[in-house]
Amino acid sequence: MNGIFRFLGETVLQIFEKLGRGSYFLVLMLGGVPEVLKRPGLLIAQVYSVGVLTVALITISGLFVGMVLGLQGYTILSDFGAEQTLGVMVAASLVRELGPVVSALLFAGRAGSALTAEIGLMKATEQLSGMEMMAVDPVKRIVAPRFFAGMLSMPLLAAVFSMIGVLGGHGVGVGMLGVDDGAFWSQMQASLDVREDILNGIIKSVVFGFVVTWIAVFEGYDCLATSEGVSRATTRTVVHSAFAVLALDFLLTALMFGDF
Amino acid sequence: MHYSKSHATWVGFFVFLGIGALFFLALQVSNLSSFDHGDGYRLVARFENIGGLKVRSPVTVSGVRIGRVSAIDYDKKTYQAVVEMKINPTYDTLPADTSAGIYTSGLLGEQYIGLEPGGAEEYLQNGDQFEYTQSALVLEEIIGQFLFSKADELKKTDEADSQ
Amino acid sequence: MHRFYTEKTRRFVSQMDQADTECLVTIRDLTFRRGERVIFDRINLDFPRGKVTAIMGPSGTGKTTLLQLIGGQLRPDEGKVLVDGRNVHGLGLKALYELRKSIGMLFQNGALLTDLNVFENVAFPIREHTQLSESMIRKLVLMKLHAVGLRGARELTPAKLSGGMARRVALARAIALDPMMILYDEPFTGQDPITKGVLVKLIRELNDSLGMTSIVVSHDVQETATIADRMYVISEGRVIGEGTPETLSRTTSERVRQFLTGAPDGPERFHYEAIDYTRDLLS
Repeated sequence: MNGIFRFLGETVLQIFEKLGRGSYFLVLMLGGVPEVLKRPGLLIAQVYSVGVLTVALITISGLFVGMVLGLQGYTILSDFGAEQTLGVMVAASLVRELGPVVSALLFAGRAGSALTAEIGLMKATEQLSGMEMMAVDPVKRIVAPRFFAGMLSMPLLAAVFSMIGVLGGHGVGVGMLGVDDGAFWSQMQASLDVREDILNGIIKSVVFGFVVTWIAVFEGYDCLATSEGVSRATTRTVVHSAFAVLALDFLLTALMFGDF
Repeated sequence: MHYSKSHATWVGFFVFLGIGALFFLALQVSNLSSFDHGDGYRLVARFENIGGLKVRSPVTVSGVRIGRVSAIDYDKKTYQAVVEMKINPTYDTLPADTSAGIYTSGLLGEQYIGLEPGGAEEYLQNGDQFEYTQSALVLEEIIGQFLFSKADELKKTDEADSQ
Repeated sequence: MHRFYTEKTRRFVSQMDQADTECLVTIRDLTFRRGERVIFDRINLDFPRGKVTAIMGPSGTGKTTLLQLIGGQLRPDEGKVLVDGRNVHGLGLKALYELRKSIGMLFQNGALLTDLNVFENVAFPIREHTQLSESMIRKLVLMKLHAVGLRGARELTPAKLSGGMARRVALARAIALDPMMILYDEPFTGQDPITKGVLVKLIRELNDSLGMTSIVVSHDVQETATIADRMYVISEGRVIGEGTPETLSRTTSERVRQFLTGAPDGPERFHYEAIDYTRDLLS
């Protein structure tokens, strides 16, 4: 019995300690803003590896998610004779939820894990330490550009995901199942609001991008400097990111769309 | 720091694609393209019951949207709902005796305000109020009335049978 | 006033002056703990200018830790480290980074940046800390690469280099900014005899031709003895032997002798602590 309490107490303390270290790390990274602004090349190189290389995954996933939404939505809506509102269903679920959430999960799996592994390996092979000894701050030089590249890429990726998804839903609904093209778009435009839906979706993806990239670079920087430590940190990045994204999504949805 | 030219090009393409997608969402998927943004003139209508009408619900004439509901309030003196709407300034020739009603688009659709133009010479101006309004039909009331009348009918036929 | 200026204090002051000019790095009463474990227990070390000083000791005695303490990457629990008259752990971050520009460090496996090729790796510190033109950087980098004999390998990526080549590239990078001192962390570990010979030659030559001070941390007795002007043997947090390679080879200390000759049993026991063998078998 005593052991359980002890274990719980230690775990809670560890969580707080890690949160503290992570927050301090965030402050250090924000100190890298001038460096990144002074040398946009650092950012461009990272946007390439974090953002551009994730576009293909995002596009294909978005297309299929949109097509499935079109198919499922049609089956359900046609029972009520409301297949005209298919566009609303597809677009609303994509823009509000699936776009930001699914692309954040994919982003964590593709770019987040890669960031953790890269930074962790640099730590394990003493590259970070070596940089410090060359009087170059690795947090500013290596970590900060990756962090800002992730934050920048995430909303763009989510937007691409939603757009491709809507087009995929349109392809299935209008192209294959014969929903009226005009009704598809006009119902969608009548029901979705720029501020309430699109902007809130963008805010979500910005928050997710911030959290996922933060977790990814911190896990990489904080990992044990061994190959086992790096592989564990990579797993933790994906798991913690998924938790964080889903929990934050509930919180943000409640704040944005709920009547609290 | 050195980065290859092709990387920079791809990044440029990526940013372009992302911003393009945002524009697509704003213009094609949502209502940014349909007039909005506060400009337009204000009209007020009072209803006994607005049903499921909401802020941002459409205002139409002959099925064409010409504006939106901008505010809904409750007048505690007259016990009426006060609905304020913004009308697109292009449609500034609504006769003064136009009536406003609350309708439902389809069985499950959203509620909107439909305007029925009258024959007056003068036009409605900014801040004017509709004289004639027709409240929303509340589904429960309609069903209630329907059941009530059915029950009445039944009673009558029962009475007829018994006689 | 002059009455208090006794002979003793005068000698002390002149010694201090001498220590400052003769020694680039002075370590005084340094204590460092890792959790419960005491890595260094009030050790004193001096590293004279222009010389190659070696720190030797069995694995796990914290030799790398010592280099990190000198470079200011770790903070001691007690005592101080003076580099060129400056207390490393009393410096602010900016001053510390300024100091590090004049210290080169060769890591155990080179620590080359994997996403840059050999040329860019050597150019890295120059690009970071100077505003030199591209043609000037090219000349400097080629000179440094030539010094380690790898001018022809400039286009290779670190993944394509052998361990010895990677260390030589890292050495070229360490001298890129013409530092006053280089710290070598286990430069010979895991290298074939030829590479060891190359590294021995390079460390000695660079030290003498560039007028640098070198600190070599190693447990390869043979190679280290051929280049070191002075050696310290550290074990269990204390200095157990010091002097030139010759004087050390004639030491009377059992422990130092065991380490230098590599005898399997001696003061450092072959057996991990256990109860009596026969008793253990029969129990």
